[in-house]
Amino acid sequence: MNKLTAHELIEKSGKGEITAAEIFNSLKKRIKDIDSQVKAYVRLADSLDSQPEPANTQLPLKGISVSIKDNICTRGYNTECCSKILAGFKPPYDATVIRKLKEAGAAILTLKTNMDEFAFGSSTENSCFGPTHNPWDLDVVPGGSSGGSAAAVASDSAIMALGSDTGGSIRQPASFCGVVGLKPTYGRVSRYGLIAFASSLDQIGPITKDVRDSAILMNAISGYDPYDSTSINMDVPDYTKSLGMDIEGVKIGIPEEYFVEGLDKEIKTIVQEAINKLKSLGADYKSVSLPHSQYAIPVYYIVATAEASSNLARFDGVQYGFRAQGVKSNLIDMYKKTRGDGFGEEAKRRIILGTYALSHGYYDAYYLRALKVRTLIKQDFDKVFEKFDCVVTPTSPTAAFKIGEKIKDPLKMYLSDIYTISANLAGIPAISIPCGFTKKGLPVGLQILAKPFNEEMLFRVAYAFEQATPWHLEKPKL
Amino acid sequence: MPLSKLLPGIWKNQNYSAMEYETVIGLEVHLHLKTKTKAFCGCSTEFGQAPNSQVCPVCLGFPGSLPVLNKVALDYAIKVALALNCQVQEYTKFDRKNYFYPDLPKNYQISQYDLPVSRDGFLNIESDDKTERVAIRRVHLEEDAGKLIHQENLSLVDFNRTGIPLLEIVSEPDINSPQEAYDYLVALKSLIGYLDVSDCDMEKGSLRCDANISIRKKGAKELGVKTELKNMNSFKAVKEALSFEVERQTELLKKGKSIVQETRLWDAKELKTVSMRTKEEAQDYRYFPEPDLTAFIINKEKIDEIKKTIPELPKEKAGRFMKEYGLSEYDAKILVSNKRNADYAEERLKAWPDENKKSVANWLIGPLAAVASTTNIEISQVNIPAHNFLELVDLVEKKTNYL
Repeated sequence: MNKLTAHELIEKSGKGEITAAEIFNSLKKRIKDIDSQVKAYVRLADSLDSQPEPANTQLPLKGISVSIKDNICTRGYNTECCSKILAGFKPPYDATVIRKLKEAGAAILTLKTNMDEFAFGSSTENSCFGPTHNPWDLDVVPGGSSGGSAAAVASDSAIMALGSDTGGSIRQPASFCGVVGLKPTYGRVSRYGLIAFASSLDQIGPITKDVRDSAILMNAISGYDPYDSTSINMDVPDYTKSLGMDIEGVKIGIPEEYFVEGLDKEIKTIVQEAINKLKSLGADYKSVSLPHSQYAIPVYYIVATAEASSNLARFDGVQYGFRAQGVKSNLIDMYKKTRGDGFGEEAKRRIILGTYALSHGYYDAYYLRALKVRTLIKQDFDKVFEKFDCVVTPTSPTAAFKIGEKIKDPLKMYLSDIYTISANLAGIPAISIPCGFTKKGLPVGLQILAKPFNEEMLFRVAYAFEQATPWHLEKPKL
Repeated sequence: MPLSKLLPGIWKNQNYSAMEYETVIGLEVHLHLKTKTKAFCGCSTEFGQAPNSQVCPVCLGFPGSLPVLNKVALDYAIKVALALNCQVQEYTKFDRKNYFYPDLPKNYQISQYDLPVSRDGFLNIESDDKTERVAIRRVHLEEDAGKLIHQENLSLVDFNRTGIPLLEIVSEPDINSPQEAYDYLVALKSLIGYLDVSDCDMEKGSLRCDANISIRKKGAKELGVKTELKNMNSFKAVKEALSFEVERQTELLKKGKSIVQETRLWDAKELKTVSMRTKEEAQDYRYFPEPDLTAFIINKEKIDEIKKTIPELPKEKAGRFMKEYGLSEYDAKILVSNKRNADYAEERLKAWPDENKKSVANWLIGPLAAVASTTNIEISQVNIPAHNFLELVDLVEKKTNYL
């Protein structure tokens, strides 16, 4: 049962053939069988004892359990961002997406997945609980930062999952694990209750086994939230209605800047075949230019770390989470020791980078300039979307790399998000879908981007591709 | 005890050094806005409640929580800005001011940096029997911090105050004496009272004032090195602290020493200012735009709508009292200094049948004010119904002999 997609389970549950408890029990069994190898989950003990309520067959999710990234607040249940500094933190409230999932009839929402500490990373190695392993090859990373969610979905130990995406943290692990990951338009899904990394870039989104599940989960979590001033008050379409529409005449732009040095040859070939597939399905494609793409990584690492340095200031040992013991002397020492012991290496690196970028005398040269270039990057996309319906690229320049391979070289690690970061800077929606495998048997992802609030175009193109290809049906051998 | 306490006469007339030097003062006033709820969440702003009883994940800065602006706070800010003759900005945004302190749960304060709600206004004040115009540099909105309570070996934080909307009103360095600074505060408090947007009670902390002060040779164009004064708990303390600084800085300059740019705290017991931190130790607040709030567009319709809520202000009211009730400028100004007193007076002035209202004004300003001050209340709180009061005035005026 755990091997089925959400839409298959929803159908059975709707007909009364299965119960929410049965779905959860099959997940439980799968987790017990394989998660000691994959390590997609953190803190399982309490959640595995939970019992789902009988599913309300009137509600769309009909008792499906959704696994949740550890940075999304669940009332009364530990939410720690896989950081020692939030050890024991039980939020007194649910994130808006959690409330919406409950209202849509989801069952267990306390299965928390592993992640890079505070979403800082592209491999899920920066977790205080240790790394998650890629179900396709336990020696390679699942991607990150939502690596736990992607690996859980890929290994059938989750029906579907939520991740968060600040620079590719949903799409890149989805690509590495051979599943579907969507970053919605900035403002489409409420951030209330998502523990912030970079407020102007973060979005919560679905990680699922196929495109239909992605649309179903988006239907449940999207929409305006008065508690998030940056969420947009716009009607949410029924995304499942975009599935099955043909892509005859859909205009696809292929950014030439994305197919240059740094892109693995094997990936390039697989993505090129995928583009040809889209053409054979009726779409037209043409080369386009996104001239400011080359600045995306530096701009991102200034804007994101600046915001992070401020967002993470609140973790000081005063109110909640970890506080260093044995500091008698004074407040500053308590701050220093708490933050020194509580944060991991990458978190400290980013706090220092961001603090520097905002400092007096550097602000104009770094932060302000980065904001200006960010606008140029957005304008590149605006221009392309005047003539094109979507843009298609590889999700990541390589397939999943070995655990330990890049962890000591942050710059190399940062480059693995080179194709995903621009969507966050521009605020546009983007999806990663499976589009093939490398010779070593690792999944490859295809990224589709569209203009703001046009997730429907992503679903339309992604579903057409998925239905014409076998990649999403492949399962890792575990 | 400083000289000023012993010999107030010298102070009133300014001492000899005032012949050579002039004082330049700018004031930063923080007002608690009287909104029902906090600036960025739905918690109550009521004063004096049990510690940490008026808090929620937002004002506690819990991870994942997000601020949502209280629109009433923005309306009040615009109202004050208009009454201070400021230019309300079409486009305004919030910024984060980053610093670590346990009373600041996010370790940043949501404030406004380069695009405040409004700027470039003025306030006319009465000082030394003259009307002076003090230019207002900017008016901006921010959130208050909590309160630390220190005990032996232990500090506690009360977050009830955290997130209460604060309006910061920054004057230009346009004020030339401690007395003028005092008069500015009186005029500002009177104006805010009319607008009914803040209690302006320094003891309850709903009005706080920091002062920047420097001294320069008379006629010099360049400003002198300034010190920033904090921790004054009353208008009187502001005046005293400034007077102390005038003396201290003047003495230093006369001795040929230089002033250190620093923040100094007023010690109300010792009646002196003491150094808190120098410029070198000043914090880098790393301001940047608050990404959790979008920018706000304030359109003309909104401004017109708020303009309509501004009542008759003291200056206009005094003019009308002079015209309608034939009062002297002096009497009118006293009666309008606060809105409650002005309403109380007007009720009685109106009801007085005689054309000549002077006697009513005299009674209000004279005996009634005296009665009020002996019990430490204001005129409007003297509980004598209007008809009784007027009957009394009538009897005395007619010199009726009841005996």
